[in-house]
Amino acid sequence: MKPFTYERPKDIASAIKAMRANPAAKFLAGGTNLLDLMKSEIEHPPHLVDIGRLPLATIETTRDGGLRIGAMTTNTQVASDARVRSLYPVLAQAIVSGGSAQLRNKATTGGNLMQRTRCAYFYDTAKPCNKRLPGSGCAALGGLNRNSAIFGTSEACIATNPSDMGVALAVLDARIETLTAEGATRSLAVADMHRLPGDTPEIETELAAGELITSVVIPPAPVGGQVYRKVRDRASYAGALVSVAAVAGRVAWGGVALKPWRAEKTEAALAAGMGIPEAVGAELATAEPRGPNSFKITLIGRLTAAALDETLAGRRA
Amino acid sequence: MSSVKDWAVPNPVSENRSGIIGKNVDRYEGRLKVTGTAPYAYEVEPPSAPAYGQAVSATIARGRIVAIDTSAALASPGVKLVWTSENVPKQAARGERANPRSQRASNPAMGSDAVEFYGQTIAFVAADTLENAKAAAALINVTYDTQPATVDFLASLDQAEMPPGEDDTEIGDFSTGYRESSVKLDETYFSPIANHTQMEPCATTAWWEGDKVTVHTSIQMVKGGQHALAETLAIPSDKVHLITRYIGGGFGGKGQSYDDLTLAALAARELNQPVKVAYTRQQMFQATIHRPAVQMRVRLGAEADGRLNAFSIEAITHCARNVPFTEHAANFSRSLYASPNRLTGHRLVRMDLPGAGPMRAPGEATGMLSLECAMDELAEKLGLDPIELRIRNEPTVDPETGKPFSVRQLVSCMREGAQRFGWERRNPLPGKVQDGRWLVGIGMAAGIRGNFLLPAKAGIRITADGTVTLSQGMTDIGTGTYTILAQITAETLGVPLDQVRVELGDSDMPPAPGSGGQFGAATAGSAAFETGMVMRRTLAEMATGDPNSPLFGVDPTLVTFANGNIALENRSESLSTLIERVQPEGVYVEGSISPAADARDWSQHTYGAQFAEVGVDVVTGEVRLRRMFGVFAAGRILNAKTAKSQITGGMIWGIGTALTETNPIDPRYGSFLNQDMAGYLVPSHADIVNVDSMFLDEVDDKANPLGIKGVGELGICGTGAAIANAIYNACGVRLRDYPMTPDKVLKGLIAKGL
Repeated sequence: MKPFTYERPKDIASAIKAMRANPAAKFLAGGTNLLDLMKSEIEHPPHLVDIGRLPLATIETTRDGGLRIGAMTTNTQVASDARVRSLYPVLAQAIVSGGSAQLRNKATTGGNLMQRTRCAYFYDTAKPCNKRLPGSGCAALGGLNRNSAIFGTSEACIATNPSDMGVALAVLDARIETLTAEGATRSLAVADMHRLPGDTPEIETELAAGELITSVVIPPAPVGGQVYRKVRDRASYAGALVSVAAVAGRVAWGGVALKPWRAEKTEAALAAGMGIPEAVGAELATAEPRGPNSFKITLIGRLTAAALDETLAGRRA
Repeated sequence: MSSVKDWAVPNPVSENRSGIIGKNVDRYEGRLKVTGTAPYAYEVEPPSAPAYGQAVSATIARGRIVAIDTSAALASPGVKLVWTSENVPKQAARGERANPRSQRASNPAMGSDAVEFYGQTIAFVAADTLENAKAAAALINVTYDTQPATVDFLASLDQAEMPPGEDDTEIGDFSTGYRESSVKLDETYFSPIANHTQMEPCATTAWWEGDKVTVHTSIQMVKGGQHALAETLAIPSDKVHLITRYIGGGFGGKGQSYDDLTLAALAARELNQPVKVAYTRQQMFQATIHRPAVQMRVRLGAEADGRLNAFSIEAITHCARNVPFTEHAANFSRSLYASPNRLTGHRLVRMDLPGAGPMRAPGEATGMLSLECAMDELAEKLGLDPIELRIRNEPTVDPETGKPFSVRQLVSCMREGAQRFGWERRNPLPGKVQDGRWLVGIGMAAGIRGNFLLPAKAGIRITADGTVTLSQGMTDIGTGTYTILAQITAETLGVPLDQVRVELGDSDMPPAPGSGGQFGAATAGSAAFETGMVMRRTLAEMATGDPNSPLFGVDPTLVTFANGNIALENRSESLSTLIERVQPEGVYVEGSISPAADARDWSQHTYGAQFAEVGVDVVTGEVRLRRMFGVFAAGRILNAKTAKSQITGGMIWGIGTALTETNPIDPRYGSFLNQDMAGYLVPSHADIVNVDSMFLDEVDDKANPLGIKGVGELGICGTGAAIANAIYNACGVRLRDYPMTPDKVLKGLIAKGL
């Protein structure tokens, strides 16, 4: 592990200032991903700005009846919040299906959205990976890629985004609120926060250098059932092979792309009155499997049809 | 030589007058472990500040190192030395054995510029901190001459050869018997590479005093490690003091030493300073041994009543090109079911991978994945209950050797398990039980695992304060060895358990073979018992020969030992009084155990029956265990608590085998895909619901003087097949390719129109 320096600013302004002073620095929140990556010689930030004690750990009801969730709330805190559990069960289900209890106790809302892919080749520093070392190639292409993406891939990267929480936030039309290095605030849909790999898979989000997520805002809960279903190789502490969040005719998928994937063609088809199998098929027709991961197409189709059945029956499973 | 008949006479353990044998006794070292104060090898505090070593691993499967640039590493902060094959201190050549009695040969690190597997150590850095050593290691630049490598097992089956020194075993005439059978089964099963995934990595802390090195290391065999290091360094073995007190899992993977041991010792000598070296988690996957993949063809020919007429398992497996090892996946079956015509054998593919080697129940764990599924399939073809099919093929003597069984309670295990598990509720037609989105099914499998006794010694010291200390060059790899040895010693000498101390894992102590092959408790325990008997005789002579003892002049063979006293009828004194008076410096004796001359006149095994209930998600193909129950017969049980932990732990291991564990090799690199515990999936807590087990009452008086047998490996035997059979019963999908992940189950569900 490379030597690095560390500071723990007392307020948000100091945190932003610290990042401005050191553009290669990284924010440290729960540390459940970044510290692992540093120990594995995948990330080498020269400086860490620990935002663990910034006053961003509250959950407030917004004036329109939605929720504003501070970026430094823990995953456990959000999943166990009574308002979240009653208004947004899809979010609570998604969060508790991620990581382990120990990880959720440390991991934060902002950090969860910033976590990096679990692609085995990304973690293996002896292998090419355009995300880790731009221009080195993608070992997952033509490799053991049972777990890789089927939507939005490129010849540079076929990794997936590992967040469960992000899939639920995407389907709820949640937005992040940020503070830029220049001190400006802005807001961005969670579904638009992550970039598809294209030719620059090392650039993972639309956030600028030093930009800090301060909160996630969820609009008022839509009417109807909410379902999060995750398929995984073991019952806990495993990334999704695929997952689906379904709410009010809206569908988001996890484990299939480098971002929480809104199945917009499915949503449009449902809105147009098409049956569930056809509507799901509309999005799946655009999938790009790479051999070992082709089972994901069938799997996400079946899972989505089942989840939509559940939500349309009005149940909050 | 002794005979097993000598073991049938009553003794202090079989009489169990204090009731210590068989009790739920907490772990002797449990408090240290749960409070984090048991020093594992890497945590041992050396006499002065240590340096930290980091091995660098090869990133090709086969070839030569053309150039290796260490300049940046040497210039890196805190670096004390950088070694490659060009400047590593001289070691004995691989396989050399200067002392013919050494249990292990030389195993040099970086012995040449040749790369034989991905992950092999090709450089080594020592620095003032672990972080500096790792940072420097990452700066080493290697140029390879890469050569073609054989790394894809299933693509290399045509290279399979007869393992050295082996032959197929044929009894009767298999092909005729098979041809003439009225019901036939011919299926092929696959079990993939598995990694041991011990929590504690291989690790060593080493330092020198003069020409003698002390190494604290994590290894299952004390003498094996001591001898391997002595041969490698070309020094006498009494110049190596090896200590291995606490081991965070071995499972066969630490039956040998690795480069951490050699390099820590070499670097400590070079730097004249203690050195710590541990493998990284990634190196544990890439650079230690693994359980090889096995492809097994099973052919069964039966008569309509279910009796087997022809029986065959042919297994193809693999090992490293220069390190012969065979996963004997067919051997267990030679003692399991009756059949007049039998053919079993193995073939081996030499590959450019790290060593294949033993993992918990080597051979049985893989082999039963095939046969115990095949029996389920055959039962269905015959319209027989799977338990009834097995009972109809229960042999009266060993079906291949004709030897009598020492004791065999397989049928009792199956019947007891069937009753307790509710087997009669199983619908023999698959796919008939649904619970919401889950299809629910029940399956079972039989289990068998051999039992062994090896030569071992032990020492017991009793001091004037009455403290009894058992010392033995034995290891406790997390199984409960400390605890059962304390129990045996206490019961044999008639002293309270809290008066007994146990010291293990030191090459200066009387040697025992260590932990492995399910022989540890029987071997080390029998040696401890025999040593206790020597101590009893010694103390009896001492008391009856001492005019100041109340026992003076009585027949020493009649005295008894209980409650810390030596006694005859109403005459008694405490052991501490006796020793303080007669031999205040304390009494020390050694004893030993050896296999009986006639031990192999019996076919001797442990047995089990495993029952599983699973749910299969009809939408996703996910399999989740609902409950599992195992019934086992494994001789006298020394400690109900640790034995149950071990046997249930074995079942949990088998659940991983059935559902999650695999590590594919990337054929482009010859490396494992998964190299951490987030990628290589062992069962998590959430996967293990309602797993329980029980032991049948049993004493195997042909096994050893204690009538005990091993329980460390039996729990895995049959587990995976029971789950596979439950999956079939749940949804009608018959998988023969482990592990049974959602993608495979889903494919089967779709093929069935589900």
